[in-house]
Amino acid sequence: MSTTLTHSWFMTTRHLRNLARQPWWIAITLVQPVIWLLLFGAVFTATADIPGFAADSYVDFLTPGIVVMTAAFAGGWAGMGVIEDLNRGVVDRFLVSPVKRPALITGRLVQLAIVSLIQSLIVIGLGLLVGAHFPGGLAGLAVLVVCSALLGGSLGALSNGMALLARKEETVIAASNFVLLPLTFLSSAFMQRDLMPGWIQTVARYNPVEWTVQAGREALTASPDWGLVLSRTGLLAALCLACTWLATRAFRAYQRSI
Amino acid sequence: MTTTSAAIEARDLTKTYPKDVRALDGLGFAVETGTVFGLLGPNGAGKSTTVKILTTLTRPDSGQAWVDGVDVLGSPDRVRRVIGLVAQRSGVDLEGTGRENLTLQGQVYGLRGTELRTRVGELLERFGLAEAADRVTRGYSGGMQRRLDIAMGLIHRPRVLFLDEPTTGLDPEVRADMWAEIAHLSGAEGLTILLTTHYLEEADRLAGRLAIIDRGRVVAEGTPDELKGELRGDAIQVELRDPHPDGQAHAALDRVPGVWEITIEGRSLRARTDDGSAAVPAVLQALEAGGVRVASVTIARPSLDDVYLRHTGRSFAKTEEPV
Repeated sequence: MSTTLTHSWFMTTRHLRNLARQPWWIAITLVQPVIWLLLFGAVFTATADIPGFAADSYVDFLTPGIVVMTAAFAGGWAGMGVIEDLNRGVVDRFLVSPVKRPALITGRLVQLAIVSLIQSLIVIGLGLLVGAHFPGGLAGLAVLVVCSALLGGSLGALSNGMALLARKEETVIAASNFVLLPLTFLSSAFMQRDLMPGWIQTVARYNPVEWTVQAGREALTASPDWGLVLSRTGLLAALCLACTWLATRAFRAYQRSI
Repeated sequence: MTTTSAAIEARDLTKTYPKDVRALDGLGFAVETGTVFGLLGPNGAGKSTTVKILTTLTRPDSGQAWVDGVDVLGSPDRVRRVIGLVAQRSGVDLEGTGRENLTLQGQVYGLRGTELRTRVGELLERFGLAEAADRVTRGYSGGMQRRLDIAMGLIHRPRVLFLDEPTTGLDPEVRADMWAEIAHLSGAEGLTILLTTHYLEEADRLAGRLAIIDRGRVVAEGTPDELKGELRGDAIQVELRDPHPDGQAHAALDRVPGVWEITIEGRSLRARTDDGSAAVPAVLQALEAGGVRVASVTIARPSLDDVYLRHTGRSFAKTEEPV
């Protein structure tokens, strides 16, 4: 177990260092959530005027949604890095070494979580700047960030596993495109749940993006229902573990196919 | 569990890929400790699949294998600690520097602290990468990347090193350097090396023993000299002006005494004879008389190409053409 953690950290270091060497990637990664927040905030301002909309301003409501969406997208695209390593023979080199298999996945997930943390802080900071209020304070923000990281980790692990099975960039791109936007819009990231059609409310109940939005938003209210927050956080943690296990299993399938 | 004294032993390996592509068809060989063993064959013969199995990257459908006395299928983790691999496709992380690549590789094998730093420095120095050590490897030349690959394969002082087509795609001068390096590895360090190649010259120069692989099977095995020695006499190669039906040229040469093993592929006719220079006039005369026009004639001492031709019925150069 401790070897797995050590190996994960070695891998995380490698991924973070490689990212740090790509200034354009950093710029885009940091600017994109900002654009989403400002753009969606502007487009949907009138939402706050809808009868029955509970939040005072749309930006109060939207900021947690953008944090979650950013983490989900970062996770969904994570498999592209695996494809690059596959194409360069880096994956094979590690597979013939004694490196712990889970570390090859968790190393990437920890990197993802760190990037996602930075992105979340930027979005939250900007939200505060344009006048968002978070009565739940630091504890609420911590829940939002942690749950977003768990969601990003789950989708990231699935994306990694998919990359190992498909071994093609196109497949990962298609799958991410196919899944990410619907997952986001089948949740209350942008719209209060009871204002959405009934069938979407039903589907959303099984959507991990919705679990994350629920936990984050609830924790940010003045008097959170901690039972709800904990149950959603627990679901996300379990999902993240299950996805990581699946992704690690994908190495076996990959090795059988070569 | 069977153990063997050989550094590498493969027995009856078979592997079929989807769509009924049979990569290995009962392949087996043994490599003595401290020697360089060559697997020679064209693309698709099964060399890389063999290396993938022996290095635990993938599993055979059936068969057994041992590396350094350890059962490859039963204890892959133990095998991984004693082997180094320089894969056909480089495994260098192009976003990292040479030093970072080596350091991570060392960490994976449990090297830490001063020991790790010393070993990394040593290998960078030895493979002529000290100056480029802190540059991102994307900017390295093909030869530099290959040297870094070998350095990474050696970081944990493996007992068995696998070199899968180590010089494919390299410039001729770089290839010569690489040969010197490989020869040094086996000589000075007592490493057992399994080398796969589709360059006859490479196998001839580096391998103490070699196995010729064709369609997933070993078709001949021995030292390069033994294999060449199986061929009695000289090789005559005649380039014809026009592609001829087999029968015509064959019939013409059959009448010449002291010439045997006549094969014709397209315009090139090969035959063996006790004494090449003495046979040439008679061969030319017989072909002319048979109405076969000749473009050129060469005589050669037996080469591995001839060995390959003899065992597979195809010349090596010809099998390489349609890739």
